[in-house]
Amino acid sequence: MTNLVEVKDLEVHFPIKRGVLFDRVVGHVKAVDGVDLTIVKGKTYGLVGESGCGKSTLGRALLQLTPPTGGEVVFDGVPLTSLPPKQLRAMRRRMQMIFQDPMSSLDPRMNVESILTEGLRAHGVGGNRTERRAVIAKTLDAVGLPRWALSRYPHEFSGGQRQRIGIARALVLGPELIVADEPVSALDVSIQAQVVNLLDELQDQLGLTYLVIAHDLAVVRHISDTVGVMYLGALVEEAAADDIYATPLHPYTRALMSAVPVPDPDVEDRRERILLAGDLPSPANPPSGCRFHTRCPWAQPTRCRDERPALRVIGTATHRVACHWAEDIEAGRLRPHSVEASLVTPPEMAGAKEAQGALESALENPGGPVI
Amino acid sequence: MPLLDVRDLSVTFARRGQRTVRAVDGVSFGVHAGEVVGLVGESGCGKSVTSLAIMGLLPKQRGVTIDGVADFDGTDLLKTDARAMRDIRGRDVAMIFQDPLSSLNPVVPIGVQVTEVLTRHRGMRGEAATKEATALLDRVGIPDPARRLKEYPHQLSGGMRQRALIAMAVACKPRLLIADEPTTALDVTIQAQILELLKELVRDSGTALIMITHDLGVVAGMCDTVNVLYAGRVIENARRKPLFYEPRHPYTTGLLRSVPRLDAGRGTPLNPIRGSVRDVLPWPDGCAFAPRCDRRVDACVGEPPALVVGYDGHGYRCVNPTPQGAQP
Repeated sequence: MTNLVEVKDLEVHFPIKRGVLFDRVVGHVKAVDGVDLTIVKGKTYGLVGESGCGKSTLGRALLQLTPPTGGEVVFDGVPLTSLPPKQLRAMRRRMQMIFQDPMSSLDPRMNVESILTEGLRAHGVGGNRTERRAVIAKTLDAVGLPRWALSRYPHEFSGGQRQRIGIARALVLGPELIVADEPVSALDVSIQAQVVNLLDELQDQLGLTYLVIAHDLAVVRHISDTVGVMYLGALVEEAAADDIYATPLHPYTRALMSAVPVPDPDVEDRRERILLAGDLPSPANPPSGCRFHTRCPWAQPTRCRDERPALRVIGTATHRVACHWAEDIEAGRLRPHSVEASLVTPPEMAGAKEAQGALESALENPGGPVI
Repeated sequence: MPLLDVRDLSVTFARRGQRTVRAVDGVSFGVHAGEVVGLVGESGCGKSVTSLAIMGLLPKQRGVTIDGVADFDGTDLLKTDARAMRDIRGRDVAMIFQDPLSSLNPVVPIGVQVTEVLTRHRGMRGEAATKEATALLDRVGIPDPARRLKEYPHQLSGGMRQRALIAMAVACKPRLLIADEPTTALDVTIQAQILELLKELVRDSGTALIMITHDLGVVAGMCDTVNVLYAGRVIENARRKPLFYEPRHPYTTGLLRSVPRLDAGRGTPLNPIRGSVRDVLPWPDGCAFAPRCDRRVDACVGEPPALVVGYDGHGYRCVNPTPQGAQP
């Protein structure tokens, strides 16, 4: 059990800027705000959370595609955060990414062969033309694409096949870590299973390590060994996959699990839903104390509002929860109460929506002006 | 007698120089008052086109042909002219779309968009309309509704926008509501809120609901009867429990086996359906699902499989169905 990736207190804060002539920084969107996690070599870490919780930013910051504003990422003993650009580029060969939408992440004007060769060329590996061809042919076989695919363009493939091309592009350099950001959410149900199975097989054959980022808890359960749940830029719970699904301890995880529809009428009729009130608060102005206290049905006076809970071990050694009252809730000593849905964007914080936009444009265009 | 009775609905799109596409091919189903009927299928199976045709939202010219009958309480919605349809739409039949941001007007405040319906169909004006709009937003669970009325769609979160859209749809207490993937663009916790709201509406007002979705989990929790569509045809229809526990069509069986489930552990391999939705056989040449089917026999090719109706109205189009009692 060696750790391939160690993330320590990672922070990614995007500045919110205002002004015409001088850019004043008026606040920060705390997309990722103090995350610690480790990914064991050859295993899958599943990261779940709803939109805007910072899971994608965390994945990108881990690969240094979005520079973190604080904290440390250690990959195989090498601290990436302080690595000079040239060496970082060399390291990138060992960590690749699979994107959500295969259509927009593949260049429509490159055929599959050039898509797969580009990475090899950029890193100056794969040898001469014939050797490169051999590497590419092997990769195509691994992802289950036919040889004739090489001369075709992305639009000639179906969604599932396009995602296979995306996977092949990540595999061709022989990486150790693959960050998969919503690898199946753009695909049809009957195709999702094909891609999930493919990712599983590749891990068995090549000993890959995955960080799978997804909002679909059922998909994550199927491929992950460890699952981390994020809420507003921080991990609220982390445990072995079976553990977290059998005994979710954090109120947010409980609500999330109870909200996922299961394709089984009897289960659906019996289950008790925990309905959360309101929406996700703005990451530019997160609630004080526990980030979840504004929507938590178990929130207790003063402590939840005043003190930010740290991740602590409860139950089994690998189960970490960031909740002051987790034991009391589990034992049934605390009962849920109703929560008034609160306004998420009051007028004095009208910047919140723009902050969301700023977050997105900052992701696309890190150096450019924001807002 | 169902409230809405759709019989043999077909929609074809013809364009000069291109192959004619038959998006919906003889779809029949009925919806009773207070009932939730699901139309389930993957992208391109014709579920959205079916709903657009019923709502009269498909352009009548430009190579679009619509055949069949959609009998809504004595009126054939497919034969109603555009002017009469405008009176029915929003008042008797309303629709909720998938993406709330693109179905709300971005430059008009929410309040104006909600009161528009009230003015058009219920003749309400000024103070009274505003008051009713506030009550509607309150009913769908939007906090501080009076202030929200003055805001624009971009100032609302995705869940709130979908609520506003539902408020507009139920403003005139329609007898039939069509929800086209109402929660696909939303997060799970918000999805749970919206589904609960829709269930309440059906329960309290006896509205008939057509639920269009690709999510079998949503179907299991919401629908009374389910129609599974593939390549423009209903390939299986049944009450909710028989469909999930005794599916007969191999496509339905395959879908149920391939969906990752929250209550199944790591290491349970998924059983995907081979190929993709592109590998279809044209219906006149046999079963469209045959190229991807594990139970294919020679009889599948040649002519389209007839609809077999079994016990309790459980219907399926298959010559070699999944045996009864087989675990899905």
